[in-house]
Amino acid sequence: MPQAMIYLDHAATSPLTPTAAEAWRRAAAVVGNPSSLHAGGRAARRVVEEARERVAERLGAEPQGVIFTSGGTEADNLAVIGGARARRAGDPGLNQVFVSAVEHPAVLEAARALRAEGFTVVEWPVGRDGRVDLAAARQSLAAAAGTIALASVMWANNETGAIQPLAELAPAVRAGGAPCHSDAVQAVAYGPVRLRAADDDGPDAVSVSAHKLGGPVGVGALVARRDFPLTALSHGGGQERRLRSGTIPAALVAAFAAALDEACDRRQDEARRLAELSARLTAGLGGLPGVVVTGPQDPAARSPHIVNAVFDGCLGENMLLLLDAAGLACSAGSACAAGVARPSHVLTAMGHPAEREARWGLRFSLGVTSRDSNIDALLTALPAAMARARTAGGE
Amino acid sequence: MARLVAALSGGVDSAVAAARMTAAGHDVTAVHLALSRHPASQRTGSRGCCSLEDANDARRVADQLGLPFYVWDLSEPFQRDVVADFVSEYAAGRTPNPCLRCNERIKFAAVLERALSLGFDGVVTGHYARVERTSAEAELWRAADPAKDQSYVLAVITQEQLRRAYFPLGDTPKAQVRREAAGLGLRVADKPDSYDICFVADGDTPGWLRDKLGARPGPIVDQSGAVLGHHQGAFAFTVGQRRGLRLTRPAADGRPRHVLRVEAETNTVVVGPRAALRVDQIHGCPPLWIAGRPPAGPFPAAVQLRAHGRPLPAVVSPTAEGVRVDLLEPADGLASGQTAVFYDGDQVVGSATVVATAATGTADDSGAPTDASPRTTDAAAPPPGRVRPPTPGHATTPDHATTLGHEPAAGRPAAAA
Repeated sequence: MPQAMIYLDHAATSPLTPTAAEAWRRAAAVVGNPSSLHAGGRAARRVVEEARERVAERLGAEPQGVIFTSGGTEADNLAVIGGARARRAGDPGLNQVFVSAVEHPAVLEAARALRAEGFTVVEWPVGRDGRVDLAAARQSLAAAAGTIALASVMWANNETGAIQPLAELAPAVRAGGAPCHSDAVQAVAYGPVRLRAADDDGPDAVSVSAHKLGGPVGVGALVARRDFPLTALSHGGGQERRLRSGTIPAALVAAFAAALDEACDRRQDEARRLAELSARLTAGLGGLPGVVVTGPQDPAARSPHIVNAVFDGCLGENMLLLLDAAGLACSAGSACAAGVARPSHVLTAMGHPAEREARWGLRFSLGVTSRDSNIDALLTALPAAMARARTAGGE
Repeated sequence: MARLVAALSGGVDSAVAAARMTAAGHDVTAVHLALSRHPASQRTGSRGCCSLEDANDARRVADQLGLPFYVWDLSEPFQRDVVADFVSEYAAGRTPNPCLRCNERIKFAAVLERALSLGFDGVVTGHYARVERTSAEAELWRAADPAKDQSYVLAVITQEQLRRAYFPLGDTPKAQVRREAAGLGLRVADKPDSYDICFVADGDTPGWLRDKLGARPGPIVDQSGAVLGHHQGAFAFTVGQRRGLRLTRPAADGRPRHVLRVEAETNTVVVGPRAALRVDQIHGCPPLWIAGRPPAGPFPAAVQLRAHGRPLPAVVSPTAEGVRVDLLEPADGLASGQTAVFYDGDQVVGSATVVATAATGTADDSGAPTDASPRTTDAAAPPPGRVRPPTPGHATTPDHATTLGHEPAAGRPAAAA
C-alpha cells in the first residue's frame, strides 16, 4: 500500500468496534455449549439469551422472534423461502411471492429459486430513483389478493441507498392478506428499523447483519413477529425454535448485540454526521463533468451512508483499480465467482443500460471512520482516474 | 522501475514471471484474464487458465507475492476474435492456431491497450521467449530452452507491442522455473503444464467443431476424384492427417493415404500418398515484420510452420501482395491458415499466414518419390488479386508441368487476405 487506505466501502463491511470486540472476548471465555445442560452450558445460554433480548428490544420484537443466523443472507433465505413454504403449507392457494427488482441477491435469488417449487415470483419495477413504483406494486397486489404467500422489500438499497416506501408497501401487502419481510441490513445503523406494532406501518420481519454495523462477520438475525410463519431450511439439532439448527455462537451473538446497542445509541448523531458528508460528496460529484449521482434526489429518501454515481464512459472496474492504486477503497458492484465484474442489476432496473451506465457505477459508502478529509481525497483523485478510465474504454 | 501488469494464468510460468519482475523492483499489478463465458469450476486434464480453480490459483499467487490482483473480463473479445475465428477458419477449410491469435488479439492487444490506458508501462507474461531491447527497437528471440520456446506463437505481435512486452523466463529452463517457484513457496510450483486448446474442454477438437458446426456429411476422394469413403464434416480434417479416414478401398500402392487438402466449398476431403503433400513454395499474407518495416529484399531464413515444427531453410522474398517463401527443403502437409514464422538464426524476423502453397520441384528433395497421378483441379477459381507464384513448373503433376505454374498446388482455396 502506498499510503494508509481511505476506506469508503462500509456498506460491504465496517470495522469491528472496540465495544463489540470486548463483548466477543468476554463471551468467548465462557466454556460451554448453549444447549448443554450443565453449568457451563447454562452460562453460555445466558449470554445468548441476554443478547437475544437486547436485539429484540432494539428492533421492536419479542425475544423468541429473534432467530440468530450466520448473517444477512441466511436470514433473507429463511424469511423468503422458509416463509413462503410455511404460508403455502397452511393454504395451498398462497403461491405468489413479491419482491422488488433491486433486492440484494440474497432475497432476489432466494425468491427466484422458489419458481422451481411452483411459486409465481413477481419482481416489482423501480423508478429512475431506484424506489419501488408504488402504483405498479399496489396494482399487482390487488390483482393477487388472496393468493399472496409473502412480499419482501428491502429497507435501504445496498447500492444506491434508496429507502423503499415500506410505510406504504407493507400495509398494501397486509391488505392482500400476506406478511411483509424487509432486508434491513443496510438500514439498521442509520434508520428507525422496527417491526410493526399491532397496527402501524412497519414490516413483519427484518433481516439484520452484525458486520455492517460494527459487529463481527458471521452473525446476523432474522427478527420476526410471532405471527410470521416459518419453516426450517436446514436440519439438525433443532436450535433457534427448530428453525436454524447448529450450535449458537454465543460470543458472536454477544458481540452482535453489543454492536447493535452501540449503533442504535449513536444512530441519530451518526446519521446526521454522515448525511453532511454525503451531501458534500454528492455536491462534489455533481461538479465533475460526466458524473451523475444516482438514486433519490431527496436526502430524506436515502440512507445517509451510501452515495452511488455513474461516471460517463468509465468502467467501474477500471475506476476501482485506479482508485485502489491511489489508496481509496470503494465498490464497483458485485463480481461473479471468478471475480469478473458484472453490470449492476440495481442500475439496470433503474433504467440504466446494462452495457453502459450499469457498468459505469461506483458506490462510496461511509461509516464510523469517515471524515471530511476522506471526501476531499476522493474528490481530488477522481478527475485523473476518470480521464484514464475513459481512455481505457467503457463499452 | 516500470509499472507493469502481469497476466497471471494460474500456472507456474506466469507466477514466476511476475515474481521476477517484482523482485527486480518493478511496480507489478497482477491480472487474471477471464476468457471463458462459462468457466468450469475445476480444472480438467491439461487445459489450464480458464477454470475458477485457475482464477483462484492466480489470486493466491498474487497474495503470496504481495501484488494487487484483479480479474479482467475478456470473454467477449476472446469469444469473437479467438473462438469464433477458430470455428470460421476451420469451416472455411483452414487450420488456424488459436494461441497465436490470442497473443495477437487479446494478450498483446486488448490487455496491453487497457494496461497502457490505465497508466501502466507494459505487460509481463510467462512466455518462453527473449526480448532484446536496443535503443531503437525491440527484437524477439527464441527462448534459451528450445523445448519450451514459444517465439513461434509470439511472432504476430508488432514492434509497438513488443516494446511493451516483458518475458522474464526467456533465458531460463523450465525445470529451473519450477525450482524457483518452489523456493518462493508458490503452491503452483508443481502444477501440470497446459498443452491443449484451452477452450476445447476435453481435447477432442473434431468433436468440439462438430458440436459448433453440426454434422456435414461429404465425400472422401482420391486425386482422380474417385470416392473412397465418407466423412461427417470436412472441417474435422487437417492436411497431412492419416488416421481416422476409415477408407474402404486400399490405395493401389498399398501405402497409407493422407489428407492432401480440405475443400470447404464442396465439403470434400481429398486424400493421396504422402509424396503429394510435399510443398516447397509458400505464399503468405499479410506479413508482419517484427522490426516494424519490411526487409529490403529476399533474405535467407529458417522457416517454422508449426508451434513445435522443425525450422526449414528457405529464401523469403517480400512481394507486392505479401511474401513468398521458397523452401530449400520441402515441407509435408501444410494447410492454409497456418502461420509461417521466419527466423534469422534464433531471432524472429517476421511471420505470415499461409494463403497458398505450391510444389515446384526446385527444393532439394532428390530421391523422394514422385507422385505420378494427376492432381485434381482446384475447386475454386483463383480470386482476383490472389498471389501468383512466378516460378513455372509443377513437378508432381507432369501433365500440367508447364501450365499450372499460376495455380497454388495445394487445393485449399486461398484466403482473400
